[in-house]
Amino acid sequence: MPKINFENYLREGFFDEMFDDSGKVRDHYGLFKERLEQIGWKKIKFLQHSTDRAQLSLGMTFNVYSEAQGIERILPLDVVPRIISGQEWDQLEKGLQQRIKALNLFIHDLYHDQKIIKDKIIPKELILSGTTYLKQCEGLNPPQNIWCHITGSDLIRDNTGQYMVLEDNLRCPSGVSYLLENREILKRTFPELFETLNVRPVYDYSHILRDMLESLTDKPNPIVAVLTPGIYNSAYYEHAYLAQQMGAELVEGRDLVVQKDHVYMRTTQGLQKVDVIYRRVDDDFLDPVHFRSDSMLGTPHLFEAYKKGNVILVNAPGTGVADDKAVYAYVPRIIKYYLGEEMLIPNVQTYICREENDYQYVMENIANLVIKQTDASGGYGMLIGPKSTKAEQEEFKKRVKENPRKYIAQPVINLSRVPTLTENDIEGRHVDLRPYILYGKEIKTIPGALTRVALKKGSLVVNSSQGGGSKDTWVLDH
Amino acid sequence: MLSRLADAIYWMNRYIERAENYARFVEANYNLALELPPDMPEQWKPLVVATGDWYLFKSLYEEAEKQSVINFLVFDGENPNSICNCIIKARENARVARPEITKEVWEQVNALYHMVKDQGDKKLWKNKDPRGFFNEIKRGCQLLYGIFDATISRTDGWHFGKVGQFLERADKTSRVLDVKYHIILPSPDAVGTPFDLIQWAALLKSVSAYDMYRKKYGKLTSMEIAEFLILDKQFPRSILRCLLYAEQSLHTISGRSGSGYSNDTEKQLGLVRSQMEYADISNILTIGMYEYLDELQGKLNAVSDSVFKTFFAINSQMQMQQ
Repeated sequence: MPKINFENYLREGFFDEMFDDSGKVRDHYGLFKERLEQIGWKKIKFLQHSTDRAQLSLGMTFNVYSEAQGIERILPLDVVPRIISGQEWDQLEKGLQQRIKALNLFIHDLYHDQKIIKDKIIPKELILSGTTYLKQCEGLNPPQNIWCHITGSDLIRDNTGQYMVLEDNLRCPSGVSYLLENREILKRTFPELFETLNVRPVYDYSHILRDMLESLTDKPNPIVAVLTPGIYNSAYYEHAYLAQQMGAELVEGRDLVVQKDHVYMRTTQGLQKVDVIYRRVDDDFLDPVHFRSDSMLGTPHLFEAYKKGNVILVNAPGTGVADDKAVYAYVPRIIKYYLGEEMLIPNVQTYICREENDYQYVMENIANLVIKQTDASGGYGMLIGPKSTKAEQEEFKKRVKENPRKYIAQPVINLSRVPTLTENDIEGRHVDLRPYILYGKEIKTIPGALTRVALKKGSLVVNSSQGGGSKDTWVLDH
Repeated sequence: MLSRLADAIYWMNRYIERAENYARFVEANYNLALELPPDMPEQWKPLVVATGDWYLFKSLYEEAEKQSVINFLVFDGENPNSICNCIIKARENARVARPEITKEVWEQVNALYHMVKDQGDKKLWKNKDPRGFFNEIKRGCQLLYGIFDATISRTDGWHFGKVGQFLERADKTSRVLDVKYHIILPSPDAVGTPFDLIQWAALLKSVSAYDMYRKKYGKLTSMEIAEFLILDKQFPRSILRCLLYAEQSLHTISGRSGSGYSNDTEKQLGLVRSQMEYADISNILTIGMYEYLDELQGKLNAVSDSVFKTFFAINSQMQMQQ
């Protein structure tokens, strides 16, 4: 029976997580590669098949809305893990903590004195004209002045292996259940490797999360709830999973009722007070009285109870303001301003079209850039220069010219690759990295992440809706 | 516990119980068809009539024969109570009730769903004996009851699940007796003939009551079979036993000990149950078993409505807890 080997493995000029530029295996992958090469193909295919089965039986499925009803899909988990050395991770952790600390100060400032605007670090209209700034939050003081309790930043590595932050997900980042379940599945797949490799554990995430949520209130034994949009939401599995793991209530907006500025849930024994809500419903939909009036997911007057301090919402409403693509470009300056430090993990180089020099550069080099509309997400309102036609480029030039504030541009980054199983071989596939950061009494990063992988050959798109899968991410002890 | 979750765990169990009973019905009828005298046609219509979905069936199919009835009761997406739909709905409710149930329960509901879905997609049952498939459904459901009981704490969630399961089971046992009523005998004097007894035996087997009945009464008589399935206090699928279980769970939920009632559901269920306790089978047969069961089914529906009003439809005017 043939065994797995990397003799014909091609790096094709990309940064490879497993092999260095001379083709030598990187130290932190050494032992893993050795073990992998002892496994036969039949066995590895079987292991891959059982991870798919495991996901189905766990019910880790999501519905794809554009497809026919009743089609449930899994996010395919590739059995070859992404491994990060302990040293490298410790650096990342510092960088992430720095970033979250600064962004939190930034949010608090924006809803109070707006010093950063007065000091002309960031233009006023950039903030106030954005749709993510919530006037209703001005002057509010969430417990310990923490706004972004739970973050899942998207990181990528370029051709040189440099880590960069691509996006700050400060609203309702999802995917942490995949991180946790992937680990459970891989522990069954490669039990002996976990014993020898000293992979840092992630199992205590739900305890840390619960502790963090409880630390936000003085009430002893607070009632903690996870607020979900419901079973048809694509992340429902995660909402239920986290509630279950934390021993929290899983509520929908209609389960809650606000009376005299306190929040109660409808139980079989009557109404019961709720103290802390980890909400997975976006700001706009939280409360039809204060935000979008057509929201069917929210609870009327929830925001009043929040303002009075009678319930804690996590993340705090209004954090989205720091998660705006236009604001992203200013993060290096934000970190410098609040912390007096240089940014530890760089941004992807970003051209701000409202700034004259950048505008010129973008107009001249549009064919080599990714143009992003600042108030859009999920791949909408985007132009990928190298893959676009001349006409599309002209169209975008026109749009940028009309409203430069709405656009930023970035170079195309060739994401790093990790060896990944294909039908009959093992080939490099591009990946990103989403670690999760919890901000309570202190800032904690779980030593692990969701690695998303573009399973299609040559693809740089890791999104689950477009052929993306995931990998377990092992952070080694050192 | 949250009303919405209580509702979900209640319905999860009801749908599983329904699916299991449908699998039993169809299997029993399939067996019966194999034992018919040469000149008797197979009878599939009574099965559909007993489920209460005869009008829906008629709007979808020309004739009630083996293939159409099996398809309707087992796979048909148009029939809200088909086994497939029951399992799909049980799983949706399990998804909602996820925080109240254990991982093991969830995984078994999910496994059952994938099994039924695979088999339904492949349509293998059409070409071969479908009884293997019915058996798998039955086993899957029974495994689920076992895991449910072995892993979930006896808190309100478990008890709401039990109320749902036993109200459903009581209803389904009453409908098994309906099937017998609708089956046509070759002639009025066929009552008590071997052919009549074959039917009664098949019916007992369809609710796993054959062994326990034989142990208690020995001889097969229609009166004693009816007594066993309606009024027996020890057999776990008899209507009275189911109501006793459901009532116990309701009392645990309300915290009431001793007699009497503390809410509308307890009152209604208590009335039905005590009437049954004082009934005897000859009275029931004098009224007419079919009429008696019809009335009973109506009362059980009223109890179900009351469960919803009392526990699940909590409005904001309700009292606050501390």
